[in-house]
Formats: sequence, structure tokens, C-alpha cells
Amino acid sequence: MAGDFTKKLDGRTEGKEARAWQIGKAHRKIDAADRMRGQLRYADDLKMPGMLHCKIVRSPHPHAKILGIDTDAVMQMDGVHGVVTGKDFPTPYGVIPWTPDENALAVDKALHVGDGVAAIAAISEDVANAAVRALKIDYELLPAYFDPEEALAGEQINPYSRKGNLSKKVELEFGEVEKELESAHLVVEDRYFFEGSTHGAIEPHCAVANVEPNGVLTVWSATQVSHYLHRELAKVLDMPANRIRVIQPPLGGAFGGKSEPFDLEFCVAKLALQTGRPVKCLYTREEVFYSHRGRHPMRMDYRTGFDKDGKIVSVDAKTLIDGGAYSSFGLVTTYYSGQLLCAPYDFGAYRFNSKRVTTNKPACGPKRGHGSVQPRFAIECQLDKGAVALGIDPIELRRRNFIGGETQTINEFKIGSNGFMECLDKVEASSNWKERYGKMAFGKGLGVAGSTYISGTNYCIYPNEMPQAAVQISLDRSGRARIFSGANDIGQGSSTMLAVIASEELGLELADIRVVAADSDLCPVDLGAYSSRITLMVGNACVEAAKKLRKVIVKHVAASWEVPEKQINLVGGMAVDMDDPERSISLAEAFVIAETEEGMLSAVGNYGTRSDRHGEYRGGTIGASPAYSFTAHVAEVEVDEETGVVEVTNVWVAHDCGRALSPMIVEGQMEGSVYMGFGEAIMEEHTINSEKNGVHNAPSLLDYRMPTFLDTPHIESLIVEAADAQGPYGAKEAGEGPLHPIIPAISNAIYDAIGIRLNKTPFSPPAVLAALAERKEREARGEIPPHKSTSAGGQN
Amino acid sequence: MPDALLLHMKVNGEDVEVAAPPHYTLLEVLRYKLDLIGSKQGCDKGDCGACTVQLDGAARLSCLTLATQADGREVRTVEGMTAAHLHPLQDCMDKQVAAQCGFCTPGILMAAEAYLTKEGREVSRDEVAEALAGNLCRCTGYVKIVDAIVEASVIMAAKEQS
Repeated sequence: MAGDFTKKLDGRTEGKEARAWQIGKAHRKIDAADRMRGQLRYADDLKMPGMLHCKIVRSPHPHAKILGIDTDAVMQMDGVHGVVTGKDFPTPYGVIPWTPDENALAVDKALHVGDGVAAIAAISEDVANAAVRALKIDYELLPAYFDPEEALAGEQINPYSRKGNLSKKVELEFGEVEKELESAHLVVEDRYFFEGSTHGAIEPHCAVANVEPNGVLTVWSATQVSHYLHRELAKVLDMPANRIRVIQPPLGGAFGGKSEPFDLEFCVAKLALQTGRPVKCLYTREEVFYSHRGRHPMRMDYRTGFDKDGKIVSVDAKTLIDGGAYSSFGLVTTYYSGQLLCAPYDFGAYRFNSKRVTTNKPACGPKRGHGSVQPRFAIECQLDKGAVALGIDPIELRRRNFIGGETQTINEFKIGSNGFMECLDKVEASSNWKERYGKMAFGKGLGVAGSTYISGTNYCIYPNEMPQAAVQISLDRSGRARIFSGANDIGQGSSTMLAVIASEELGLELADIRVVAADSDLCPVDLGAYSSRITLMVGNACVEAAKKLRKVIVKHVAASWEVPEKQINLVGGMAVDMDDPERSISLAEAFVIAETEEGMLSAVGNYGTRSDRHGEYRGGTIGASPAYSFTAHVAEVEVDEETGVVEVTNVWVAHDCGRALSPMIVEGQMEGSVYMGFGEAIMEEHTINSEKNGVHNAPSLLDYRMPTFLDTPHIESLIVEAADAQGPYGAKEAGEGPLHPIIPAISNAIYDAIGIRLNKTPFSPPAVLAALAERKEREARGEIPPHKSTSAGGQN
Repeated sequence: MPDALLLHMKVNGEDVEVAAPPHYTLLEVLRYKLDLIGSKQGCDKGDCGACTVQLDGAARLSCLTLATQADGREVRTVEGMTAAHLHPLQDCMDKQVAAQCGFCTPGILMAAEAYLTKEGREVSRDEVAEALAGNLCRCTGYVKIVDAIVEASVIMAAKEQS
């Protein structure tokens, strides 16, 4: 009932919500109200006395040698305080330590339109922009390659590449793929193309740097990987890491788009060091598009063999990946494009051959569902086609291939809990699948797809034996807990997750827990917000720290009351004698008792890499995770055969997140995932124009179409909880997995609706009309029967 | 052209006198001159809605509004909602976990408040989607934002009647 709740400004809740802060309850986020009041300072909201504004000069050419830059003339301009170029950043870097192939600014040549060439710091944005326009740069144009196959045959683009324009190649085979395909009852063979797409976080990238009189450089950045940024700043600036402090202010969305260092962070740092003044750089929206690091375009040739019962006997995948100008996470992307496909279905045999190619385009990188959204599209479309050919219901075919829980994939990844069957059951029931699939009127249809995703990548990006995550918690006599964590809260709610865990263990209300996160001077090292790792890894570290403190409090309260420790419970803000509930004290009083005996109350927890979760072969650690989430989607579409417009009316998403620590936040992740994947399926295209010298086709939020309130389908989220022994309280990831199935589910629903297979994203009206026309021609020639006889009527 | 114009506005109920370069947008004056950083810059082109404020009660994109266009008028930003208790819209958004990163939220609050104030009644989900179509959110899939605005419309309409 509306109105029976109120959040007071002291953060406490009244009425029905009073106890909602426990695990599994519908609690609020600890920091959302501040965001709503417009009071939290995001990176661009930071202001410092004497602050300079930095603008980056970007190449207008897709591939050009830099012959000279006339920095002197610009330095003479009123209000210009500093100019840096590639020569100021001779050390190459890369988020993956094996592929350092970019400089903060281009040194000898620019590799794509928008590549940073120089940076200028001035007293205002206006002066900086004027200086950008005035800066003279001499270029010698070089041949540019926009097509991966042409690039493979062309001259080397990236000067640091070791194998020409072949950025990475991975080939792995498990079982006898060809033999199984030869003896298969049915082989489905198709080519798929997944178009590039970008993250589109509403907050553009922004960084501010300041050098204190003691020489410590502080960089505030809208990053989701403070620690990797810290490492690369030290390397590129040739400064010891202990002289650098990295702070991530509240972040306005990321989705993988802020998960590696960007040119602006190095530029503001260098310019602050040079000028002695604070320096800020805020990307324009156009710069965000050119910086990109989004979803790789992939061309995928798939062959899937089935036996007569629909069992998958063999899968052969060949993938060409368009990487853009830099490696970014490309080594991992190339592995992920094959390694993450081997669940939730049991493959009899599996081979993948993935090649990532360097081209003269903005670099691709990790976007939500890194590397595995594209192959998931291919395989789930293959399964649908197989099911139709074999006359097996597509949900039933997926059930028959279920890999199960507590098992191992064909590529030797260890699966723990697996709630995929329950996911299928839920979407089948909620969508009324049995009564409606294949029976709706022409133009209307349902489609299903499933997927899996990692809950953290098992190994750190740079090899080391130290913890992947650590949390420190301290309590004090005021009855308050402070949690220190390096984890990047990017809006996904990781700080709330930590508070909820501490609340569960210590009995504290959320309002009495402060989370200090992602400040390298204050917090333990954490690797960052990527690969859906935080709930599992940082959550486990937090559980460990909180349990240690709970033990200390219980011990001293029990001693003070002269009762056994097992009799003491910390719950509801109180320490309670379970045998005598009349006897209780507030947690503040309990902390006083413990602090008196122990001194400062503090404990740490760590999470280290599990060494038994991966495959024993070269590359067998990449893509291995402590635990895997599972998802099933059913999408409902209406296709207008006159206009070719596909309207996605309903999506049912069931996601096995192990345990929903905060169900409202889990639902939000599921809904946001469906939304983002829906955009990729229907309208989003991150492409450059090869006819127009490699400029971006849509570098604005108007031209790059992202779904609005009106476009987005009705989404029904169905949480499935198959608790995993590896996760805190059984929890697995929820932020990336639920994106995967929506794209093939829509493609499969379009087939059910009008009988066409769309193997290329996005499913645009011209693509629909072309495929429909082709089908009608084949029908007219008598090659195939009409998809749904209109005389049969059909039903809704 | 003068280096700066002297503007008189009522901002969140207070009379404000502020000097700003003639080319400054309302967003720039709010953020740079008045330090009202709640209004966000997402695209600077009128595409995303993160900078939405109210001008004489109507939702406006402050990045497309020259500051001089606000001269002599009433401006309301998300900071104007702040009181001892959360505004019903903020409270419902908070309760529904409708803000993830929160960057689009101030603009959505301003657009939603202008809309609900104008309607003064309980609104439907479809009506909310129509009214808020100019505000992009990349995190939530909009589901919980719509839930919150519909819920707030009931509370706000009841308050208006009482």
C-alpha cells in the first residue's frame, strides 16, 4: 500500500520496512537517497581552486603518421598552461599485461579517427577548446583497414603488434568434433554476425588530478577498475605506486565501458604534474563513442550436430572478431568467445577457432557479458533451428541437453549449483508457453533461449598469489561499523551488498554501517567491478571479516554475562541472551564491552583464487570461474509484415543468482540486462563509415539509438536461487548473465512469428522485410510451405 | 557583446543574481556558477534528459536552454526537492530501488514532478512511459522507475486533495 513507509533523513526506516535490511528482504540501497537528492559529487562535480580544464586533440584520420605538432604556438595563447603529446608518454600500457600496445597519446601514428594525439590544459573549457582548434598537427595519411579480412592481408596497424594485424588466435578442441558431426542425425550450419554495440553509460568519462605539496598525485576518475588504473598510472608516469592515490567518486554507469585506463586519466595526471594545478578532463559524448571499448563485432560460422532425440553431439565454432585499433581485453575476449559456451548444455564434442583482428577503428573491449553474448546468440539460434527440424519443443530440447549441477563442462570448468531447469520451468509457465508457442497468429510469436555466465574470473589479470579481494571492518563504541573495501560501486550496489552482509553477521541496521570504497589510500586492494566478481569475491571476504568480529563481540558479551557463547545472538541491533530474551543490550553497549577488553575492534577478510576450478590445459584458466549463474528467457514479439518493425511486447527472464542477497537489486540487474540486450537486438549499432574515412556513424545519443521508456518491453523478473557452495550465503552473479539470452530469444520468437531466421543483429525493419521477401519467394516456388497458414487462424 | 550578463532568477525559491557569459546555458550557470551539481550533463545536446530542470513549472532541458532565457523566471532543480523528509517521488524511487547509478535520476525526478503536478491524479504505467520518453536511463530498464512514479502519483494526488 502506498504511503505506509517513510525514510527519514537519518537513514532509518519506519513501518513495514523496519526490518527490511536483512538478507533476502526488499531493502533500499545505502546510497541511493543521496544520489536522488543531487548531493553526491560524481567526477565532473568535483571542483578545486585553480583547477584547469583539459581537452584532448583527436585524430581526424583513421590511420596517419604524425609528422609534427606545433605545441609552441598554442602555449603562447592566453590562458593555456600546458600541452602534452605522445612524446610525454613513451611507455606503452594495456589492461592485459601481455599486450601493452597503446600509449596515453599517439606517439608516431594515430590508429583510428578519435585517437588522442595531444592534450591541452587551460583556464577554462572555452580556452581549451580554442587551443584545440588552433593546434597544428602535420599528418601523413596511411592506408586504413576497416574490414578484418582486409586487415589480415594488409600492413601492420598497431606498432606494438607481434603478429601483424592478427591480434589473438585461440583454437581448442575437446572430443572428436568432425567424427561426431559426420555421424550426427542432423547438422545445423549457419553464419551469424553480431554487430558492435557500445555501453552508453549516461555519465561520460571524467577524471581530475591534483598534486599535493608532498608530491602525492591524486587521480579521481570515473573508473570501474581503480586498482588497474593505479598500476598503469605508476607504469606510464614512471612514479612509484605509493606516491599515487586513486579515488573513484560515485559513478554514473559503466557496463564495462570504464574498465581499463583511458587517455584522459594519464593526461590530467601529467598536466597536473607539469603545471602544479588541479586538472580536469570531461569527455564529450562524441569522445565517449570514439573511446568505445564496447562489444566486438563477431562473424560466427557454427555447425551443431544433433542425434535424433535432440542431444547435442558436436559443436564446431569459427569466429572472426573485429578488435579495432588496440588490444584492450582482446586476449580474454578471444578466449571467452569460445570458452564460455560449454554450459548449460552438455556438448558431446566441441571445438572453437577464434581470431581477433586489429582494424583502424575505435578499440573494442568488454561490454556487459564480455565476449560471450555474441556466441550465445549463435548457439541458441542453432538450437532453435535444430528443435524445429527435429520436431522437438525448443524448451524440451534444452532440457534434454541440460548439463546438470556439481559437474564439469567439456572444457573442464567446474560447475557448482545449477538452477537452469528451474529457470526453464519458470519462463515456460509464466509465458504460458505450452498453450501459445507455435500456435499464435501469423506475426506473433514466442522464442526461448538459455545461457550461463561467470561469477568472477577465477584468476587475476596479472599473475600473483595475493588475495583477489580483501575487506576490513571496524566497529566502535558508538555502535557503528565501518567497512573498507576497494570494490568499485558503479551503481550496481556493491557497497550495499557489503553493508547487507555485515548487517546479517553483526545484527546492525544498514543505517549504522558506513562503507568506504574504492579509495586506494584508505581501502584494501580490490581488482574492480568486472567479470561479475564482486558479490562472490568481495562478499566472501566481507563475510570472513564480519564473522571474526561477531565472534569477538559474542565472546566478551558472554563473558560479561557469565553465560556460554552459544547463548548469545546479535540480531535486530541488539545482543540477546537466547535463553533469557529479557536480557539484552544494544549493540553499541555490546561494542563498549568488547572494546574495553580488546582495544580497537577490527578484522579483515580475504578472498583468494581457488586453484581447483579450471581446466588443465593452456588457456584452461581463462573463463574459469568459482561459480556460474544460469538464465532462461522467453521473448514475445509482434512483427509487422508491412513495415518490418519488430515489437518485443513481453520478456520473461528467470535467473539463477544462487541466493538473492538483495532481491530488489537482483531484479534491477535482470531488468537492466534485458533492456540492454533488447537494445542490441533491435536498434543499437556501433559502426564506423568506411566510405567516409572511418568516422563514426552515430556518435550521439540521438543517432546511436538506445531504447527509451516507450521502446522497452514489459519485463517480468523471476529469481531462481540454487545456492552455490562457493558464494557468500550461496550467492552468484546477477549483473551480466541475464543479458545473454534476450537476443537469440527475440530472433527465435521472430521465427515463430513469421518464419524467418535473422542471423545478424540488429533485427532492423529492412532486414526483416528482406528475409520475409526471400521466404515468400521460396514459398511461391513451392520450396517451402507457408509458415503459418492464415486459414488455420491461430490464436493469441 | 558583453563579457557577462547579469541574470535575475528565482532558483529553488530563492532570488538569485548571477553574472554569466552570454553563451552559457542554464545548465552551465546552475553547475558552474551556482554549484547546483544535481543537474547532470550526459550529452550536452538534448538527447539524454539528465539535465532536465523546471522552468516556471515545466520540464526543460537546461543544456539546450540559454541562461538568458531563464532571466526573470523561476527555476527548480532537484536540490529544490530537499526537505526534512524525502519528497514522495524520491521516497518511492528509493523504496523501489529505482536508482542504480543515479546519474539520470535528478532529470527523471524533475520531469516526473512536473508531469505529476500538472496531472494531479494517479497515472498509469503507459502514461508515465509517454511522459518520460525524453529521459534515458541505461541501468534499470525503466521498470522500477515506472513503478515508483505510479506509486508517487497516488501519494501526491492524495496530498493535493487533503
